Amino acid sequence: MVNTAVSTATNQSTKSFPVEHVAKLSNIPITKEEAKKLEVAFVDTLKVVAKLQQIDVTNVSPTFQVTGLENVWREDEVNEKKMFTQKQALANGKKIYEGFFVVPQVINQD
Amino acid sequence: MLNTLTLKQALDLLQAKKISIKEIYGDIRQSLSQNERLNVYLTLNANMETDAESAVNKPLAGVPLAIKDNFCTQGLRTTASSTVLDNFIPQYESTVTKKVKEVGGVVVGKTNMDAWAHGSSTETSQYGRTLNPRNTDYLPGGSSGGSAAAVAADMCIAAIGSETAGSIRQPSAWCGAVGLKPTYGRVSRYGVVAMASSTDSPGPIGKTVEDTAILFNHIAGHDENDSTTSPQVAPDLTKALNQSIKGMKVGVIYLDHPGLKEVAPLVKKELEVLSTLGAEVEEAQAMDPEASIGVYTVVQRAEVSSNLARYDGIRYGNDRSFFGAEARRRIMLGTYTLSKGYADKYYLMAQKVRTLFLQDFERLFKKYDVLVSLSSPGFAKKVGASESSSMFGELEDMLLEASSITGLPGISVPCYRDEKTNLFLGLNIMAPMWQEEKMVKVADAFEKNTEWNTWRNPIGK
Repeated sequence: MVNTAVSTATNQSTKSFPVEHVAKLSNIPITKEEAKKLEVAFVDTLKVVAKLQQIDVTNVSPTFQVTGLENVWREDEVNEKKMFTQKQALANGKKIYEGFFVVPQVINQD
Repeated sequence: MLNTLTLKQALDLLQAKKISIKEIYGDIRQSLSQNERLNVYLTLNANMETDAESAVNKPLAGVPLAIKDNFCTQGLRTTASSTVLDNFIPQYESTVTKKVKEVGGVVVGKTNMDAWAHGSSTETSQYGRTLNPRNTDYLPGGSSGGSAAAVAADMCIAAIGSETAGSIRQPSAWCGAVGLKPTYGRVSRYGVVAMASSTDSPGPIGKTVEDTAILFNHIAGHDENDSTTSPQVAPDLTKALNQSIKGMKVGVIYLDHPGLKEVAPLVKKELEVLSTLGAEVEEAQAMDPEASIGVYTVVQRAEVSSNLARYDGIRYGNDRSFFGAEARRRIMLGTYTLSKGYADKYYLMAQKVRTLFLQDFERLFKKYDVLVSLSSPGFAKKVGASESSSMFGELEDMLLEASSITGLPGISVPCYRDEKTNLFLGLNIMAPMWQEEKMVKVADAFEKNTEWNTWRNPIGK
């Protein structure tokens, strides 16, 4: 399935976009109808982005951050003032069981 | 009506005990109910008056502030305008709101925004759009549209917003307010719902340049909880007020862009005031702003896809099916541009062009003290306008994106008002990294020598 998606994607800047594959990677549930609309939006957006490829970036290094700060460290010690109590940590959980978060099953699903 | 006071006026009057907390909040409450249909606030602080009474002897004297709904406020619902966080009650306080509360600022309420700050209209809010108080047929801009509208409608004395690429300056321009986007790393992002971590910059929106300078002073500075904040001491921006701009070199950029044909002549005329005040103003050539759209689109979507991966509906909030259309588009596109086989083509490419923008600004700032452009290619757009294009925000923010991806500070001040529509244009003044005082100097001089600030020069609305 992954292979099909990627090969479809090779022509993305002109025609199509692997919507369903990307939806799965993003863990976003989408309907078939939505997928069609999204594909149009993605193709439009990538057309704008494609203009970047006309720019010569030979020997240009990428910039990932602009502050110039490097290796900002702190002591590796517990700061109790910054810690949540268990009650605070669980306060916004939807499903709580005896002081634990209840999570959806992700293994052995298929 | 005390809600129409500027921050400076309110502080002076409160500190001199010439007005009371009761009086100012009475007028704020009245304005809240009169302007309800603008849809500015998502959540109000029920205890605002008592919070203010206990803050009256502090530097901000209990003044009512509007806070964008992406700042975590302990015990007060914070949604980032998305139903994913519909019932989210933060258990801790963002650094920015903590700092303003410590010096006596009071939260009136949490303002509407584009959901997750994705957009430039507030129309992507899952709680409905905000209307522009200057003309309700039009949008306030975004993403800090609620905060800008709260200022323009006098539903607060001043406000806090955040900008990733235009989200403070563009809505300030559209609402005829003043918006200050600090240097990236100047103001802590701790406790702000993360959007694009390499450009997110919290900042003030106010009625005057002076008001934004006062608020900036209270929120700027290093924070041990955000390792990207600079250890440098932040400047006192109030010292940049009422200064001569004689001899300052001002480079005007982007005005010759074809998309600006209608508004460029209006602004050029306004820029003459800077020359009259002794600044050396000339047009300068900057790298094509259209290329910044591509860079920003790729970098921002990529960082969004990573930052929004945490919303799993387990520890807090609802599950991922609650994401609105715009957030879905951005998460998915970002996932794609970071995925195997495409990361080099899109993500790395964009970050290289980002370097070219940095070099271009470096070149320009060797010659100029500040650069000016428009804050937006035109006036506010009509209600519904954002729904027709998935690139709406990027086109509206085109003139601000290059400075955002390079971390530069900028301030938007009203520079024109259309009499027929009562809509405004904003002048965007940018300075080199860590040199906010330069742009505030020019912005303050411009504001005080032109007629466009409606708090300094009331238009009898």
